[in-house]
Amino acid sequence: MKQYIARRVGYSLLSLFLLSVTIFLFVRVTGDPVSLLVEPGASPEDIENIRHQLGLDQPLWEQYWHFMANLAAGDLGQSFYYRTPVLELYFQRLPHSLLLAAVAMALSLLIGIPSGILAAVRVDGFWDSAGKIFALLGLSLPSFWVGLVLILFFSVYLGWLPSSGSGGVAHLLMPAFTLGWYFAAAHMRLTRSSMLEVLGSEYIKLARLKGLPEALVIGKHALKNALIPVITLAGINLVVMINVAVVVETVFAWPGIGRLLYEGITFRDFPVVQGVVIIGGAMIVLVNLLVDILYALIDPRIRLES
Amino acid sequence: MTVIAPVTTDTVASSAPFWRLKGFPLIPVSILLFIAFVAVFADLLAPHDPQIGSLARRFKPPFWLEGGSVVYPLGTDHVGRDVLSRLIFGARVSMVVGITAVLVAGGIGTLLGIVSGYLGGWADQVVMRITDTWLALPALTFAIFLAAIVGPSELNIILILGLVYWTRYARVIRGEVLSLKQREFVRLAVVAGCSKSLIMWRHILPNVTNSAVVLATLMLGVVIVTEASLSFLGVGVPPPKPAWGLMMADGKKGLMVGYWWLTVFPGICIMLMVLSANLLGDWLRVKLDPQLRQL
Repeated sequence: MKQYIARRVGYSLLSLFLLSVTIFLFVRVTGDPVSLLVEPGASPEDIENIRHQLGLDQPLWEQYWHFMANLAAGDLGQSFYYRTPVLELYFQRLPHSLLLAAVAMALSLLIGIPSGILAAVRVDGFWDSAGKIFALLGLSLPSFWVGLVLILFFSVYLGWLPSSGSGGVAHLLMPAFTLGWYFAAAHMRLTRSSMLEVLGSEYIKLARLKGLPEALVIGKHALKNALIPVITLAGINLVVMINVAVVVETVFAWPGIGRLLYEGITFRDFPVVQGVVIIGGAMIVLVNLLVDILYALIDPRIRLES
Repeated sequence: MTVIAPVTTDTVASSAPFWRLKGFPLIPVSILLFIAFVAVFADLLAPHDPQIGSLARRFKPPFWLEGGSVVYPLGTDHVGRDVLSRLIFGARVSMVVGITAVLVAGGIGTLLGIVSGYLGGWADQVVMRITDTWLALPALTFAIFLAAIVGPSELNIILILGLVYWTRYARVIRGEVLSLKQREFVRLAVVAGCSKSLIMWRHILPNVTNSAVVLATLMLGVVIVTEASLSFLGVGVPPPKPAWGLMMADGKKGLMVGYWWLTVFPGICIMLMVLSANLLGDWLRVKLDPQLRQL
């Protein structure tokens, strides 16, 4: 067990290391980093000064050392546009992203789990097909289009919901649905397959033989076990949602991390873009580690296998 | 987690043409072929120049609405360019970017997947650790990051999408190679004295082609959505090129005042193309490769 966790932690550290190397190298190899790290419109002398200040005239490994030392100290650089540290901006926006992700997740589970169960109980029936189409649409429709169509209906024509910004519950509905639909598809598919697997197991046969009503067999005995992988995926996806909401947040002008990333692109504010990518990648590596460890704690088969 | 897929038996004899195979997605394939046709013959089909407009005729609605005319059947945009012509040329952008990006991603991923799966050892370790790491980066965020560094252009977008998505191929192909490695024909080839590169090229590669094709079809949809999203965010195909995502970004401003045709039409095009690619990929997955049903 200890060995298993130690190895998982080792892999994650390695991933974090490779992540930092990837980002470091991409910035430096694909052109002149000064042009990215210096504000547009700086004079040649300024650029030379900054090149020296940033240590870009030093050997690559020393630059990397410097880069990592800064990262370890929580210094992700300074935003050109806002003139504040990137980390500070990140934490200002994070609560908005968390709120949006939480509501989107709730919606996606509310849609995904029941439709997944229906699809599994009646394989190839009406609900199975309807669910498949709904899931496929969620995966195929670009989220900015869903967002814009929602705005067209609910804001422009009906005037029921505000088209952008944050504030009350009304502001949350459309962005959360747009974000949640995409993930609902994944949750539905997983609920369906996991439910099918559980329904084929011995203890469900026993429950049926005992003469339990079907609703109880499915709703209580089967569902409990079938939901374990779904909850795991939902946990990971919650973190993913925070990091992929850039399009949705841009469409609805929702002031979260995704919007910060978009502002980073439009204002050519490279430290912000880099910071958001680094934190996002690190977050996902850590969540995967957490899930691996939790699974090993719950399920002895996993730690024996390794 | 295994997906229990019903075993399908073909009722149509194997000599029947492929479009009469059971469950063949005729409509999606027709849509894809139609889009491809439009993309190839865009110059002949488009009634107007997609990049030149006139402010005198901006924001004309589609022909069936008041103020619209058949000269500009789907209306005009904020600088008076014909929406239909831009959609037609946009098909070319989506097809070119989508297909080449999938080829780049598939090429890198298949190559590295075969090498890491067959050689094992440190080569496998290196490739898989990089794959794990890159998969941790959310695809769209990673693509935005790369686009912010190298700047937007059609070629850059293709390379970026290739770089972002090869990891998915590498992981699946490697898994396949691991099991192929244990098969008789590969062992016999080793005994017969074939070199490693010959085995990978002649014996392994043909056997992973099916999976690679299925993945490519499924990936086409993902890549097109990502390209459209990048263009929508302003780091994709640079204006004034008519990319569907870009058209929607431009149209967004007009949405609040009711110029809906600027966003709705390109959106429908993207939807049809992605949906078709996904339906075709789903069918191919079941047809060509039962092992991939779990994907």
